[in-house]
Amino acid sequence: MLILLGVAVIVVGFAIRLNPLLVVVAAVFVTGWIAHMPPLVLLATLGKAFNDNRLVSAAYLVLPLVGVLERAGIREQAGRIITRLRGVSVGRLLLSYMVFRQATTAVGLVSIAGQAQTIRPLVAPMAESVAAAEDPDLLPETRHAVRAMAAATDNVAVFFSEDIFVAIGSVLLMVGFLASNGIVLDPLRLSLWALPTAVASFGIHGARLMLFDRRLRRSRRP
Amino acid sequence: MITIAFVYELAGVMFAGFAVFSLLDRANSLRRRLGNCGFWLIVALSFLFGDRLGDLANGVAVLALALLAGVGLTGRAPAAAVPEDRLALAERFGNRLFLPAMLLPAIVAVGVLVLKPLTLGGQPLMDPKQATLISLALAVIAALTCALILFRQPLTSPWREGQRLANTIGWAAMLPQFLAALGAVFAVAGVGKEIGLLVTTYLPVDTRFAAVAVYCVGMAGFTMLMGNAFAAFPVLTGGVALPILVGHFGGNPAVIASLGMLSGYCGTLVTPLAANFNLVPPALLEIPDRYAVIKAQIPTAILMLIVNTVLMYVLAFPR
Repeated sequence: MLILLGVAVIVVGFAIRLNPLLVVVAAVFVTGWIAHMPPLVLLATLGKAFNDNRLVSAAYLVLPLVGVLERAGIREQAGRIITRLRGVSVGRLLLSYMVFRQATTAVGLVSIAGQAQTIRPLVAPMAESVAAAEDPDLLPETRHAVRAMAAATDNVAVFFSEDIFVAIGSVLLMVGFLASNGIVLDPLRLSLWALPTAVASFGIHGARLMLFDRRLRRSRRP
Repeated sequence: MITIAFVYELAGVMFAGFAVFSLLDRANSLRRRLGNCGFWLIVALSFLFGDRLGDLANGVAVLALALLAGVGLTGRAPAAAVPEDRLALAERFGNRLFLPAMLLPAIVAVGVLVLKPLTLGGQPLMDPKQATLISLALAVIAALTCALILFRQPLTSPWREGQRLANTIGWAAMLPQFLAALGAVFAVAGVGKEIGLLVTTYLPVDTRFAAVAVYCVGMAGFTMLMGNAFAAFPVLTGGVALPILVGHFGGNPAVIASLGMLSGYCGTLVTPLAANFNLVPPALLEIPDRYAVIKAQIPTAILMLIVNTVLMYVLAFPR
């Protein structure tokens, strides 16, 4: 039971908004202390785990490209072309992005888009420009809500579509785990059962995007 | 064969450049310029020499990063108004601006679909397990070259502009890797097993619907605590789904596993521990509330959890 104190440190630390890097280190030390690991062994375990997980940060390789494109004006151009289209709204724009993201993710192309390479330079500025075109005195809070919804749409689209692809890590993990418990399954059957959820996520998040449009219209100052 | 080592070296060189240009970033305060420089220098050393430093030195590096971030020496004030010249540039370059941005996904797709199965003299061209990241690295190099030529930017521009973005994200950039390391320490200490034991011991699983609900909601809740559905899946599937839903109630394991994992993702959408999805984007998009993206995702996550639970109840048990 006591071993869960490390989890409690995380929950409390995040809730009172301490710096998360410090919170993580504190949780590591609390957990190690309770598990009776000598501090130096614990530090080495942490160091090894950090080194083994560099994969996680390697995705920042796109930052220089995004930065260069931003300096050349890609965010401004994204805003310009989208406001030239007729009948565009924030919700409809994000819904079209969701279709694109779900369709490409379902065939295994998760990494062709993402928060850093797509949302920041293209989708968020487009959504913001559309909102600003409809309401010239857009409040900063509304601007932030539009950005947050753009980021959320990317996550929702990816999460509930990636398991449709048979060779994605999570499907292979499920196949491996079930096999080690004596249940041998074709990965295709697992991805097949991910389809209803993908369709439902489109319906649910899509409906929320349409409601988001309505909220934006109402928040417009007369 | 191109391996992940190539990606790490490339990233190391990138982070080292971020360190140099953080120091030169006139728009930032002096203390943060120094702090950022130290922060990215440590990250660069980890990427370039991490395998040779030894575990203890890597551990010290983790502590140093946390301290620099914890005392507020990292980051960058959000940019003020859009610089006038950006609009002029957008007008001048027009839709050519999207060319490198489209080139990136195109090359990643070619890498994953075409280059990955290729062999060169009996050896695969790239490590098939890391094909996505290797393709991404190659795509970035190609797209950057194209962008620098098209938009006539100096060779230092990738580092200078990358630094601007990296410091806009600030400490949050390294949080996903910190949390991944925490997950490993938790695993060594047996935290996951303990939570799994609690769930399987104290929750009601005597009717079919209760068992389905415990498994789905449990996957979401456990994922929230661990930050990752992959950590929750073996514990709860081994503890609840296989013995009770499959063994006792005779459910279809493919449906149960698939929807169980997808229920876990509902938890991923609402936990700050899934930092790369939930905390890095607000930093990247310069939203002041660090939990803004989580808040935007909560309603979708709750509704999807209900959908997954109902779907499992309906689809997993043939009449």
